[in-house]
Amino acid sequence: MSAGIVSYGVYIPKYRIRVEEIARVWGDKNNVAQNLNVFEKSVPDADEDTITISVEAARNAINRAGIDPTRIGAIYVGSESHPYAVKPTGTIVGEAIGVNSEFTAADFEFACKAGTAAMQACLGMVSSGMIDLGVAIGADTSQGAPGDALEYTAAAGGAAYVIGRDNLAAEIESTYSFTTDTPDFWRREGRPYPEHGGRFTGEPGYFKHVTNAARGLMKKMGTSPKDYDYAVFHQPNGKFPVRVAAQLGFTSEQIGPGLVVPRIGNTYSGSSLVGLAATLDVASSGDRIFMVSFGSGAGSDAFSIRVCDEIETIRNRAPLVEDYINCSQHLDYAVYAKNKGKLRL
Amino acid sequence: MRSVSIIGAGCTRFGERWDDSLRDLVVETGIMSIEDANVGGEEIDALYVGNMSGGRFVEQEHIGALIADCAGLTRLHVPSTRVEAACASGGLALRQAVLAVASGYSDIVIAAGVEKMTDVSGGTAADALAAAADREWECFFGATFPALYAMIARLHMHQYGTSHEQLAEVAVKNHHNGNMNPISQYHMEISVDKVLKSPLVADPLRVLDCSPITDGAAAVVLAPTEIAKKYTDTPIEVLATAQASDTLALHDRRDITTLDASVYAAKRAFKQAKLSPEDIDLAEVHDAFTIGEIAAIEDIGFFKKGQGGKAAEEGITHIGAKLPINTSGGLKACGHPVGATGIKQAYEIVLQLRGEAGKRQVEGAKIGLTHNVGGCGGTALVHIMSRR
Repeated sequence: MSAGIVSYGVYIPKYRIRVEEIARVWGDKNNVAQNLNVFEKSVPDADEDTITISVEAARNAINRAGIDPTRIGAIYVGSESHPYAVKPTGTIVGEAIGVNSEFTAADFEFACKAGTAAMQACLGMVSSGMIDLGVAIGADTSQGAPGDALEYTAAAGGAAYVIGRDNLAAEIESTYSFTTDTPDFWRREGRPYPEHGGRFTGEPGYFKHVTNAARGLMKKMGTSPKDYDYAVFHQPNGKFPVRVAAQLGFTSEQIGPGLVVPRIGNTYSGSSLVGLAATLDVASSGDRIFMVSFGSGAGSDAFSIRVCDEIETIRNRAPLVEDYINCSQHLDYAVYAKNKGKLRL
Repeated sequence: MRSVSIIGAGCTRFGERWDDSLRDLVVETGIMSIEDANVGGEEIDALYVGNMSGGRFVEQEHIGALIADCAGLTRLHVPSTRVEAACASGGLALRQAVLAVASGYSDIVIAAGVEKMTDVSGGTAADALAAAADREWECFFGATFPALYAMIARLHMHQYGTSHEQLAEVAVKNHHNGNMNPISQYHMEISVDKVLKSPLVADPLRVLDCSPITDGAAAVVLAPTEIAKKYTDTPIEVLATAQASDTLALHDRRDITTLDASVYAAKRAFKQAKLSPEDIDLAEVHDAFTIGEIAAIEDIGFFKKGQGGKAAEEGITHIGAKLPINTSGGLKACGHPVGATGIKQAYEIVLQLRGEAGKRQVEGAKIGLTHNVGGCGGTALVHIMSRR
């Protein structure tokens, strides 16, 4: 029985800060924006967090396909910035979007890939018939310590996917995961900012896992890059997804529509899922999309997706990724620092 | 004193060896060197290992016993000693090993060097390295090694008209050589323009003027020359081992563009070997920064003070030219696992003098020199080696 994406929705806060503004404050004169291929990043307002972003994205998904929320049997929210250490994000989202109490929920954490892990969990439950519809969300108000390399890219945003069996906007043909114990990036309990292994986050982290998951799925399915119209790779910066696409044999045209990081930064758990949404925003029925997420720690989930007729009907019933990207207001570092809670009063 | 020869040598691939621990690197190079020398474990009389900062980089001290343990030599209770002189730890280990054999106290002795640097962040590594400078009078006021060498470079430029293009030529040459060396950290050609446009570290030094952070290990096996032929057809005789010290802090120097420790170590080495700089066919010198190579080739006596930049620009130090410098790729391109560097330099000279350096072979090389510096010249070691 085929299962897949019934609907999707995104949310990206409207505030932006330019990477060169951050570089100005820290006295970095080394063309950081060009080097990262990230020019600005989204910034949450002072009262926005992973929960509000998740709710906005989920509402967009519900509205896009006119879904009756009481059909939803599971809500899994993947994030590394859940506002509560103990107290689920998913319950608040469920209440806010009008799901009745007959649903299961849990918060997921797997660095930047918890959202795709949530998608896989929903896919399993839907395929087995345990639930009718499941909502998988990847959202973050990611943290980068002031002055750290992460601060140039750590952004805010998220995407919600309603997973089901009927009226599919896109079928998930197959999924494959590759996971190892690799300490490339972490945040200990009680610490405000994550730490990372510098260059170790590259080859042994991102590239090893993304390429293994991608090749694993293509081998499992007997597909190759030319079988896909589009590809989306996790986007911690604007360089890694471009490089890994080339390594795997995907073209810049294939990754173009989904490469949103240069304009909004890295939305962490939202990153690959916002990229997928941007691709669904432009894809046509019959198109195939290849997506690979990456989460530090480390692992990658690869998906092969085939777009269905229904996409044309529902696409414009909710804001597109491009609508959010174009609705922007730039902040200076001072207001950004206030919004992000970097100023301790 | 007895004449001493190198009868075997080994060196790991240099680079970000993320899958290997300090122990793995020691075992890898130990096996290579022992197999190369055709010696058995029971023949080894002593071990010396250069290691700058196992405590800071991998939270492991007592590296002497550790390498004996890794080598399986604790069963024989072979004495093993760790020596430390910052980035000259490897060169110093070689010198201690040479002295042990020369004195007649030991026969077969291994000199090794190892550093595992990529387990910590770049900032932690930079701070560990800064411990080689004067912590109280330099580091507490914000100096790091790039900053100290940048000051040397600025004064060198001011006094002798050395240009940044000339500094860049050193990096271009060493990357070219390193590209031909299978153990190098970097296999990429660079251009003067690329060096000049690379990110600024400490004016005038840019990223491509600086050696990298590297994991790696190297080892050589020494024996009295009189029995060396029992083990190998191509023993490499150590004609001189010399060491000198200087002030730890740069600002206490007579002239900061000259590393007097290099000057004195070289003078002593040439006297010991009864040779002069003109007799040297090739040299591995301490190019932790591009200005380091320029200062070194002057301080050793290959070129007059102030002429090093010109020599680099004119290509005199290229393979195939008059005096090839850093055929391995140097610290710049081959990599700089600080405790291992001095031994890797000897490994390169051994390969060259044996005629086993492949594409980067210096034709007819008979006498080679190594120059290893600790800090910005608090310690310098010079060794001269010759094919028997």
